[in-house]
Amino acid sequence: MSAQAGTVALSDHVCAEIDRWIEKFPEGQQRSAVLAALHAVQHETGGYLTPALMNAVADYLEMPPIQVYEVATFYSMFETKPVGRHSISVCTNISCMLRGADDIVAHIENRLGIRTGESTPDGKFYLKQEEECLAACCGAPMMMVDHRYHENLTPAAVDEVLDGLE
Amino acid sequence: MPEHDLVCFATRRFESEPWTLQNYLAVGGYQAWQKVLDGELDRAAIIEQVKASGLRGRGGAGFPTGLKHSFMPREAPVQKYLVCNSDESEPGTCHDREILRLNPHSLIEGMAISAYAMGATVAYNYIRGEFMDEPVPRFETALQEAYDAGWLGANVKGSGIDVDIHTFVGAGAYICGEETGLLESLEGKPGKPRFKPPFPAQHGLYGAPTTINNTQSLASIPTIIRKGPQWFVDIGVEGSSGTAIFSVSGHVEKPGNYELPLGIPFRELLEIAGGMQGGRELKAVIPGGSSVQVMPAANIVDLTMDFDTIKAAGSSLGTGAVVVMDETTCMVNMLRRISRFYYAESCGQCTPCREGTGWLYRVLTRIMEGSGTHADLDMLVDVANKIEGHTICALGDAAAWPVQSFLKHFRHEFEYMIDHGGRSIVSAPDAVAA
Ligand SMILES: Cc1cc2nc3c(=O)[nH]c(=O)nc-3n(C[C@H](O)[C@H](O)[C@H](O)COP(=O)(O)O)c2cc1C
Ligand code: SF4
Ligand code: FES
Repeated sequence: MSAQAGTVALSDHVCAEIDRWIEKFPEGQQRSAVLAALHAVQHETGGYLTPALMNAVADYLEMPPIQVYEVATFYSMFETKPVGRHSISVCTNISCMLRGADDIVAHIENRLGIRTGESTPDGKFYLKQEEECLAACCGAPMMMVDHRYHENLTPAAVDEVLDGLE
Repeated sequence: MPEHDLVCFATRRFESEPWTLQNYLAVGGYQAWQKVLDGELDRAAIIEQVKASGLRGRGGAGFPTGLKHSFMPREAPVQKYLVCNSDESEPGTCHDREILRLNPHSLIEGMAISAYAMGATVAYNYIRGEFMDEPVPRFETALQEAYDAGWLGANVKGSGIDVDIHTFVGAGAYICGEETGLLESLEGKPGKPRFKPPFPAQHGLYGAPTTINNTQSLASIPTIIRKGPQWFVDIGVEGSSGTAIFSVSGHVEKPGNYELPLGIPFRELLEIAGGMQGGRELKAVIPGGSSVQVMPAANIVDLTMDFDTIKAAGSSLGTGAVVVMDETTCMVNMLRRISRFYYAESCGQCTPCREGTGWLYRVLTRIMEGSGTHADLDMLVDVANKIEGHTICALGDAAAWPVQSFLKHFRHEFEYMIDHGGRSIVSAPDAVAA
């Protein structure tokens, strides 16, 4: 990642979204909007951040690009490599583990023919390695697909969710 | 407990859209804030009431909320901030999400009252990024309703009081739940905790005096002000006032978030959660989220669920996340999963935490793969002891306590696995994992 990667134009929609966030912070603290900006950019452009996109965010928020890269790599919701269109995170933390999360992961790996951490060759699914508990422990086992929570999973319920994705 | 006594879940009784302003008003919502706006309670009086209620922080440490609020230089002529911690990421814990989804106005009212009491005109609610699909919009919609109804903004209802509340959305990092990591994140940086002192009440967000409170702590305040501190005291037990939401998960028939009086007997809590799944035997409980010490069944079944009792028994009520494990649970596997979490989530600033969490995870993995030795067990405890108390933030302690307690209470399971090439005691032919 470097400045040589150049930059790209942010869409009007993304700029408006970033501006909405900047307004929440005191004068001169627009850097506080960087997480929101990266969410917006990643959402609009296919699920991951390229150096050019991060540079554009840095320009927009008047931050050194390195500070944007640091943020992008620190937080687990940002992807800095190409990943499948639909992001699947199965919680395997303690409460979910006690209620069969590992079987859910195995079911998805079998169904998609990939291992956790990989994307399907057709670019449709990304099975993310989720380290955190997603705070739906009483609905264990659970997964998050494109930010939406699905609780009390069974293999059949997983199939239904995945079948419903474009 | 009678339904009308519920605090944070007061609106859960409404089947249709419990989160609306209309439903919140129907359970006495915004009456406390109205009292403040009417000048019936000044800053000092609000803080006195919160102190008198005995409310202790629900974010994990159980710190008295009123006392914390009194640390703010509330009359100092500088910008001050209140920040709500809705990062909810302690494994096992899922009640703040329910407050955001089902009773967001209780949090908004609690934030408004608390911000005013501490002389803060601006408050942020830091919500974890994974909540962006449902809890975030729910909270933002409620915020808009509150603004539209004139409960927030400049010169609220002509009182001369200014309070603005903003939403902030995180992006996935357990460490942002630590209050100074959270402030770094709010400033647009990686969420690496700060050295303390200075404490946030002196030097917090953007260098200004700041108080950070948990969602449930703040959402409890309107009811305390409305019904009076004594009402809250009377619900709980000595040292643990009021209700708390227990997230009961794991091997129970009805996992769920239950708002109950503190001091409820563990047996009753278990019964409310439907009892043990499949009628199996209780083996162990983690009573307050993955960071606290595990308790063998015998050590908890006769206790009451309050801060002092659980502390005296060698653990902590933490976040009120009660993780229930039955006789089929392999304790080595549990600890390994917990250790993986702290290893993955360490921010890496302190050597004992960064290196130590990796060691713990690798040694536990080695034991599960059948190549552990008995010396590894002493090493695990040794590494944990070297992390505990030697780091910038409490994540280090949180990584150490499970290791120390699992080995203290379930050492035989680790020894069995080492002696049997990685086989768990619970899969042994004559398995009785006592
Ligand atoms: C690693 C770590 C993670 C934490 N995560 C959370 C969290 O997700 N939510 C929370 O309210 N407090 C969390 N805390 C505790 C906060 O630092 C802080 O004590 C709390 O938000 C204060 O609120 P309270 O006084 O109302 O309890 C965490 C602490 C540590 C050390
Ligand atoms: S204890 Fe761990 S998580 Fe906390 S500041 Fe140190 S390295 Fe980071
Ligand atoms: S343990 Fe899976 S959501 Fe909390």
